[in-house]
Amino acid sequence: MLEVAGLHKRYGDLVAVEEVSFVARPGEMVGLLGPNGAGKTTTVSMIAGLLTPDRGEVRIEGGVVRGETDPVKLRLGLVPQEVALHDELSARENLALFGAIYNLRGAQLSHAMESAFDVAGLADRAKDRVSTFSGGMKRRLNLAVALLHGPRILLLDEPTVGVDPQSRNQIFASLEELKRQGKTLVYTTHYMEEAERLCDRIIIIDHGKVIANDTLDAVRRMVPSVNVLEIGVENPGRDGWLDGLRTVDGVSAAVWDGSTLRVTVRDLLESSPCVLVWLRERSYRCSHVTSQRADLETVFLSLTGRRVRNA
Amino acid sequence: MSYTAFQVLVRRDLRLFFQDRRAVTMSFVAPIVIGSFFGYVFGSAQDRPPSKIEVAVVNQDDSEVSHKVIAALGADSALDVKGRSLDEARELVRGGKTTVAAVFPPGFAERAGKSFFRGGDKPEIQLLFDPSHATEVQVVRGVLTQHVMEVVSREAMGGPTSKRLLGDALRDLDKSTGMKPADQAALRRMLESVGDWNQRQGSSPQVQANAGFNMPYTVKQEAVTARQGVQYNSMAHSFAGMCVQFILFMGIDAGMVVLTQRRSGLWKRLQAAPLSRYTIIGSRAASAAIVAIVIMLTVFGFARVVFGVRIEGSFAGFLGVCVAFAIMTATFGLLVAVLGKTPEATRGIAILVTLILVMLGGSWVPAFIFPQWLQKVSFAVPTRWAVDGLDAMVWRGSSFEAALGPIAALLAFAAVFGVIAVWRFRWEAS
Repeated sequence: MLEVAGLHKRYGDLVAVEEVSFVARPGEMVGLLGPNGAGKTTTVSMIAGLLTPDRGEVRIEGGVVRGETDPVKLRLGLVPQEVALHDELSARENLALFGAIYNLRGAQLSHAMESAFDVAGLADRAKDRVSTFSGGMKRRLNLAVALLHGPRILLLDEPTVGVDPQSRNQIFASLEELKRQGKTLVYTTHYMEEAERLCDRIIIIDHGKVIANDTLDAVRRMVPSVNVLEIGVENPGRDGWLDGLRTVDGVSAAVWDGSTLRVTVRDLLESSPCVLVWLRERSYRCSHVTSQRADLETVFLSLTGRRVRNA
Repeated sequence: MSYTAFQVLVRRDLRLFFQDRRAVTMSFVAPIVIGSFFGYVFGSAQDRPPSKIEVAVVNQDDSEVSHKVIAALGADSALDVKGRSLDEARELVRGGKTTVAAVFPPGFAERAGKSFFRGGDKPEIQLLFDPSHATEVQVVRGVLTQHVMEVVSREAMGGPTSKRLLGDALRDLDKSTGMKPADQAALRRMLESVGDWNQRQGSSPQVQANAGFNMPYTVKQEAVTARQGVQYNSMAHSFAGMCVQFILFMGIDAGMVVLTQRRSGLWKRLQAAPLSRYTIIGSRAASAAIVAIVIMLTVFGFARVVFGVRIEGSFAGFLGVCVAFAIMTATFGLLVAVLGKTPEATRGIAILVTLILVMLGGSWVPAFIFPQWLQKVSFAVPTRWAVDGLDAMVWRGSSFEAALGPIAALLAFAAVFGVIAVWRFRWEAS
């Protein structure tokens, strides 16, 4: 189990992380969500011991890391945001190197490498130099290296950046398997759909502060409106054209993303006709109308007033 | 410190270095090629025949004496003499194709003969020279003085015109009013004695040939090196200098690797593992030191096999200097890594600093060429101690005791660099 209590980190005048606390249990995947610069990586860095917090404490399986060589660190695996591999070495050499750093030798190292290759799905490319790998293959190996020493807790800092769909699905499958094995996973991302698919619990961070920390359903329920109308508008107006729509009774948010109008409403049956009438009265032509439950993107928008990727 | 992890990291660094063709070329081939080139260019006379100074001679006098002087100049081993017209000579010097031109004026022989006994109206030999070869002018001037004195004195004291010159000198003496009578009488006796001597010896051509002034000494040159009879090999200093330069470049690269690995996230992995900073810094320093030692042994091995450069002094001292310099280089690399922010921003400054260190250390040209104050200043840089230490052990043939100073100085620099590196060490780029 991972316990994070009151982490705080400041760089000069900038408060990067402020009083971040959460618990991640075995077999659970906790998603740290937030836009770039929200404080996710700083939080993960403090958990992994890469940064010393100004305040707060991290307990890894009950132990607190004290010093650079503390064996408590063996319980933790880190998948950095960067592809932290030696391009000049083969996949096997990379695994052997990082395994040896964790004091793995002989049969133990061979077994660990075999398992790691299974996770990465790269057994057939074991002897090839990493520099010849695609971005997705590198990301899979990046994950596999962190698993070599059999950590109980795995920190994944945006592990799918720049990954092709095939590798992404393979990484997701590996993570779901690790969860089934009872590992504790902390997953940072700004891809909301990834968090929705993988995470049992969601922690939304913005400007270094935790603004939501609950199960996915509970987080969805945090916003008063949980329904979204998606309307294709053929002739959208100029800047500010949605201001009037936002004042319509039952509408809590209206966003135009360039092709689709997303309107968040409290009650689908009551508010949908009002929205459509508002559009018709102003001669906006609609190509299609669909509705869906509010997703994390909507929740984030509702909580912060900003969209994750534009934040 | 985890010894296994330390070993693994050192092996990794060595492997990555030797896999990198550019790094290997820069570290092994470059010092050998450039060291060979400098050794050849700055080689001493014992290594190969000295290059002659090109001298254009303009003979406007066209006398027997001037021809004899020019012939003597042409026979000198230091000069390559060719006759030219004045315009040709001037053009050649201006174009840098000839180093010096000597112009013998009309009436040179006559005026030189007269001036030999009486001073007064001396002929002027004009030396036209390329200003980028000022040192060679002094050599030409010295050689010219020697041969003019020999030929003119021979002519004045035993040549065909000597009787007339003496007669003219005696007549001028009679007309002279500025001399004391006693001095005048003494000079007359000397000139008459020269005339008598010439008359007595006139019948023997051999005596005529030996008349005049000769150099009153001969010179025996001995380069004082390791042992008597052992010749200085100019490659020795050259290889030492280039070794120092390119090993420092390797040290910079070692620092750059640290910065690159930190940026690529590799250090995050290491930091997340139960490793101390001393394991990581120490392994980096150890691998750089090992590479430095391998480079030195390879380069000097090449110099031994191909150019016959021997370790004439203490071999233990040589190894000691190599190891101390390797450790210094390793800590220098760490210093570059901890003071640098990004590889791009750091590389240029590090190369500039290294070139200054190398220049002050006497790697390009020996430090004794520097002005006195600069020679003293240069002891403040580690490269000076390294080059001096290698010179002492390789071609000066000094004992182990002579290596102790450079070893101690290099280790002191290494300690200072190492302490700063640990003190300023940051896991994250600032």
